[in-house]
Amino acid sequence: MRNPLRSEAEAYRFLGVVIVGAALIIAGAFINTWLGVAVAVLAFAGLVWWLRKEPVPGAADHAPVLASSTPPGMRRVLVVAPPGTESVAVPEGADVLVVVPAVAGGVETLTGSVDGRRADAEATAAVLEARLPGARVEVGADDPGLAVEDALRVFGADEVLVAGDAELLGVIRDRVALPVSQL
Amino acid sequence: MTTYSHVEPVGHGEHHGPPEPHYSSRILPATLGMYLFIASEIMLFGSFFTAYFFVRIVNGVAWPTPPYHLPVFVATVNTFILMTSSATMHWATTSIKRGNVWGMRAGLLLTFLMGLAFLIAQLYEYLRVGFNTSDGAFPTIFFCLTGLHSCHVFVGLAILAFMTIRAFRGHFSAEHHHGVEIGGIYWHFVDVMWIVVFTTVYVL
Repeated sequence: MRNPLRSEAEAYRFLGVVIVGAALIIAGAFINTWLGVAVAVLAFAGLVWWLRKEPVPGAADHAPVLASSTPPGMRRVLVVAPPGTESVAVPEGADVLVVVPAVAGGVETLTGSVDGRRADAEATAAVLEARLPGARVEVGADDPGLAVEDALRVFGADEVLVAGDAELLGVIRDRVALPVSQL
Repeated sequence: MTTYSHVEPVGHGEHHGPPEPHYSSRILPATLGMYLFIASEIMLFGSFFTAYFFVRIVNGVAWPTPPYHLPVFVATVNTFILMTSSATMHWATTSIKRGNVWGMRAGLLLTFLMGLAFLIAQLYEYLRVGFNTSDGAFPTIFFCLTGLHSCHVFVGLAILAFMTIRAFRGHFSAEHHHGVEIGGIYWHFVDVMWIVVFTTVYVL
């Protein structure tokens, strides 16, 4: 959904839409009160539809061409392991960072009640850290895609490995412009 | 999509200065602030419109209650003034984006003057309208809704005054005009709210 007040130009355009909607409601109400009510409901529904239909700026841009910052001979791998993962097979000789996103439900995210999910993720991270000597293990954000983005800001990975289901794989593929595969 | 062209791994390569600010959230702070602002405004205006709904629709209070009359003509003229001020605000922003500093200055000055004209006309209307908040539910809701909007216009005028002064001091350019952009968003929002107030209070 597009924010109608994202920029001055969009706010000005939104004002024009509101003026047109108000004019239609007034015209309908002058003919008949209930027609005015119907026009108001339709105008409001149309406004919501228009805002939902409008593309977010930059969403359709092509993925950027990436230049790896990894020195020759080194391979950096970011592993995404959802809470509950007991073990992962990481490539040998690679610099590995394992991220355990504290996956939370929609209501939990909205209310900020993510302490329980974070505790689950920390427990999984502790287990993986004990089983993967040499690899760094961290707890990530409640959204797996965001957790990966956070990790990539400080860890210039060459590829992302996902120790989860196809849905998680799809989520991460949609968010990052790196090779993403399933473990 | 996220770009990684500037990613420098920690402990590898040279890095000067502090790292880029990073917000581990789904939403940028500036955007979140705007959403919170809009939400608070919707709740604020919504509470007054709820009172309007109960007074006029649920309780069936005549609108306007006889023998009072709403100054529709003055409000209509005011509406045109305010809508024109939005156009000049947009002109100011468009001008500075193209590097036209004098266009921006003229646009901001005109916007400020029209906003001031709106507010003065609104206050004059209050003085000669012939009823007060103690005269019943209709006058109370009328003053609350239009007064709340006038308060927003007053705040907008204060913002516009600062923007105009900064514009004449040369603080804005084609590359740096965030202050004009933000002020413009607020001014258009105030105008959107006036359309809603004008339609419900004066016309319907």
